[in-house]
Amino acid sequence: MIRAIFFAAGLAILSLPALAATQAEAEAAIAAAQAAESAAVAAKAAWTTTETALTQARKALADGKWDEAIAAANEALAQAKLSVEQANEQKASWRNAVFR
Amino acid sequence: MIKSSLRDRFALARNVACALLLLAAAPAKAADEKIDPEADRRALQAFFFAKFPNVAKDDFGNGPYAVNAEMRKQWKEIMEFPPYELALDEGHAEWEKPFANGKHYADCFDNKGEGVRQTYPRFIAETGQVETLEGAINRCRVENGEKPLDPMTGVMASLAAVMSESSRGKPFAIAIPDDPRALAAYERGKEFFYSRKGQLGVSCASCHMSPAGERMRGDILAPALGILAAMPIYRSDWGSMGTSIRRISTCSSQTRAVPLKPDDEDYRNVEYFLSYMSNGIPIVGPGTRP
Repeated sequence: MIRAIFFAAGLAILSLPALAATQAEAEAAIAAAQAAESAAVAAKAAWTTTETALTQARKALADGKWDEAIAAANEALAQAKLSVEQANEQKASWRNAVFR
Repeated sequence: MIKSSLRDRFALARNVACALLLLAAAPAKAADEKIDPEADRRALQAFFFAKFPNVAKDDFGNGPYAVNAEMRKQWKEIMEFPPYELALDEGHAEWEKPFANGKHYADCFDNKGEGVRQTYPRFIAETGQVETLEGAINRCRVENGEKPLDPMTGVMASLAAVMSESSRGKPFAIAIPDDPRALAAYERGKEFFYSRKGQLGVSCASCHMSPAGERMRGDILAPALGILAAMPIYRSDWGSMGTSIRRISTCSSQTRAVPLKPDDEDYRNVEYFLSYMSNGIPIVGPGTRP
């Protein structure tokens, strides 16, 4: 009997909603990704794939799939940061590609 | 998509690391090295004349058709009924049509717009900026009380086709005045051409310098020399006419970069750079491309 109680309690703990992503977390991830993408657009460095990932994140958010929304938003965030890094790196190195 | 993007991210990180290593190994170059458009033009043209010794100078404006025999054969068949003819008809009709104030496009251009396309883009001292042919057409419209046109396609491409047709055979004659702003615009255009962009991390030069004439998927890559001489073009992939800016914008998308606004300074500057590189190459537009 005691073993059964512990087993049920364990199951209850594992299914706690606190362990899953929340809507607020998904919204925050998308907001962070959007801010990074806006910075990339302002730097004329944005990638189309970043915007695709952001669109996927927004759709997942609308569908109530918080984990998927966060994963896609994190992908967009990473790509937005990389695109700005690429632009900054090229500002320093483009002359090395010039044909002479 | 997400998994492949992760792979792409690692690939990009690796490429960036390699580029940084190469950069560290390369001899340092002064960031403020002298801007010398004429030296750049001579070097670029010499590169392409050596790379394609059997291509006549005047043929470089025909892009892939100049450097690939099979494509040239197809092109000659296409040109029996040039797909830009309808645009030319539309352009001539539009060109002759007066604005509401009674003036015409011809009133806005040197020599009534006849045979001047090879001098565009131009540096405009009053604005301190580069103006493309399409920009000049739209300025003409606005100054005469008309709304600007879409600079990438439609009536604008048809009007540009008319102006290109009147310049056929005339060599590009782009001027870079002795004005530090003009030289800076040229240099920024050069920077755009050689800078890697988009998730694919490629530059204009990545396709249109050393690999010119090679096949990329279904396309033969056009040489940078003369690359704008056939503009505007009817492109089969579009199923319609497009201006230089439409083509450059499409290139941006193909690298997975978000295209800039059509009249963005960077696009105007790279057109300035590329056109100057083609000084001496005759206009062959309007043209056609796959």
